[in-house]
Amino acid sequence: MSRRTVRKLTNVVALGLSTVATAIGVVFLAAILWTLFKDGLAGFSRSLFTGMTPPPGSVGGGLLNAIYGSVVMTVLGTLIGAPVGMLAGTYLAEYGRNTRLAMVIRFINDVLLSAPSIIVGLFVYELVVVPMGHFSAISGAIALAIIAMPVVVRTTEDMLNLVPQGMKDASTALGAYPWRTITSIAYPAARSGMVTGLLLAVARISGESAPMIFTALNNQFWSTDLRAPMANLPMVIFQFALSPYGNWQQLAWSAALLITLTILLLSIIARVAVSRFSPGARKR
Amino acid sequence: MTRSPGAIYIELPGQSADARDGRGDASQADAGPLSASAELPASADRERRALNGHGREGGVKIEVRHLDFYYGATRALKDINLTLQDRSITAFIGPSGCGKSTLLRVLNRMYALYPGHRATGEVLLDGESILSPAIDVAALRFRVGMVFQKPTPFPMSVFDNVAFGVRLAQRISRRELADRVEAALRDAALWEEVKDKLSQDGRSLSGGQQQRLCIARTVAVQPEVLLFDEPTAALDPISTLRIEETLQSLRERYCIAIVTHNLQQAARVSSVTAFMYLGELIEVGPTEQMFTTPKDRRTDDYVTGRFG
Repeated sequence: MSRRTVRKLTNVVALGLSTVATAIGVVFLAAILWTLFKDGLAGFSRSLFTGMTPPPGSVGGGLLNAIYGSVVMTVLGTLIGAPVGMLAGTYLAEYGRNTRLAMVIRFINDVLLSAPSIIVGLFVYELVVVPMGHFSAISGAIALAIIAMPVVVRTTEDMLNLVPQGMKDASTALGAYPWRTITSIAYPAARSGMVTGLLLAVARISGESAPMIFTALNNQFWSTDLRAPMANLPMVIFQFALSPYGNWQQLAWSAALLITLTILLLSIIARVAVSRFSPGARKR
Repeated sequence: MTRSPGAIYIELPGQSADARDGRGDASQADAGPLSASAELPASADRERRALNGHGREGGVKIEVRHLDFYYGATRALKDINLTLQDRSITAFIGPSGCGKSTLLRVLNRMYALYPGHRATGEVLLDGESILSPAIDVAALRFRVGMVFQKPTPFPMSVFDNVAFGVRLAQRISRRELADRVEAALRDAALWEEVKDKLSQDGRSLSGGQQQRLCIARTVAVQPEVLLFDEPTAALDPISTLRIEETLQSLRERYCIAIVTHNLQQAARVSSVTAFMYLGELIEVGPTEQMFTTPKDRRTDDYVTGRFG
């Protein structure tokens, strides 16, 4: 066999393996989505969005309290975690780029990024729940913030590093101090990537159930009190899916589909918003 | 400094390609040297008067004395002594890595962005030392503007790109700002092309337009000195021509320094040329003289394409 034939063959084999791997991934994704839609859609009705989670042995019921709780805690968690994450990522990418401190922070952040979320839950349990004396929505939000933070730190740093140094230098050469260069030049240039990172963080925390076990727990009733336990979709899925009651299992499926659809919708909105507000970004 | 020509080639392997480019340009220039020959004697004459201190070119704008520059332990500039005249264009030529860009980056303290970069000696702007740690670098950069090799439009509209530096430097009314932006775009010969798309993203312009946008952005701040670091290296010949025309019109008002690898460009646009080699300033003089009867053999070798 000539060397050209070998090289050609290598190419074909590599291409084939990549295609097969992609196909396997897509098949599983499709299977999951198919099951989710088939079983989840069956429970979609008006009462799903108006009723509360039902007591055992009853008929019907909805997810209103859990939807509300999930939205509140995800939003709160993002509001606490994202600014801290963005500023820390900015420090790593711009101010402290080559410092030893930045290297240490980067390493710890990577560890935190892959830390099991149940450990974060335990941490917040010790830090907030025990001193408070009871489970609470606010402790759930704090746990979610801690999970979101490293994701935002990482994506912010990565995206800021993609902004050409020449562009930042040009701003400096015009007499801008670093903070102005960062806010007026680097953030807008990195906007689409940073929004995607933020979204990844929201997607990640909106489906977290493990930390909820130790923090917000669950609540069968309507509650808006941040100091009290609060219902949330992941906990509802966890409890109801394992229950023997048909209507509970149905609600669990619907809750799962609801989370998936919300993340899908958020992604679409973000994509559209990003491309609409930065026409030049599409060229790159 | 004693070096065999062979050693030069070993030390600077990347230079042979540049030399070929240089000769290619030379043959083109031979075909149509009109602009160069028409331009040169007059400007060189003016410059001679300026150098003698009698010209209307305004006196010394920047004075560099015993400047050394270090990247960490590497000494990149060695005892540079030089003056830049106001209202004239000084071109810096020399092979890659000879320190031209480094010198330029000292003049607006851009080197200060990077740890381990260090300059010693004296650089005076209107008699005021700019290497002193006490100086406000932002204020310095309002006075000494810089245009880079690669066009770097900011992620904002054409108007905001030009207004960016102005807004940093001073508070002026919306009306004044609009006037300033228009004047800067006219200076950069870009106004006619973009006057209907001021709200478009700066990055949507062509490469040549982007570079002129960067020039407009720098001019808009109304600096006193303009530094150009190979401003046309990434551009096609037509865009290059337009930028050289822009430079010619800007020379009336500014002290301009330009780093270029294109010897014909140096000959076309500058009144004074400085030749640098291995971190040293070998020779500086009126452009015409530098290209016809240089005093140093290394300058002669470089401008005639025998090395570098």
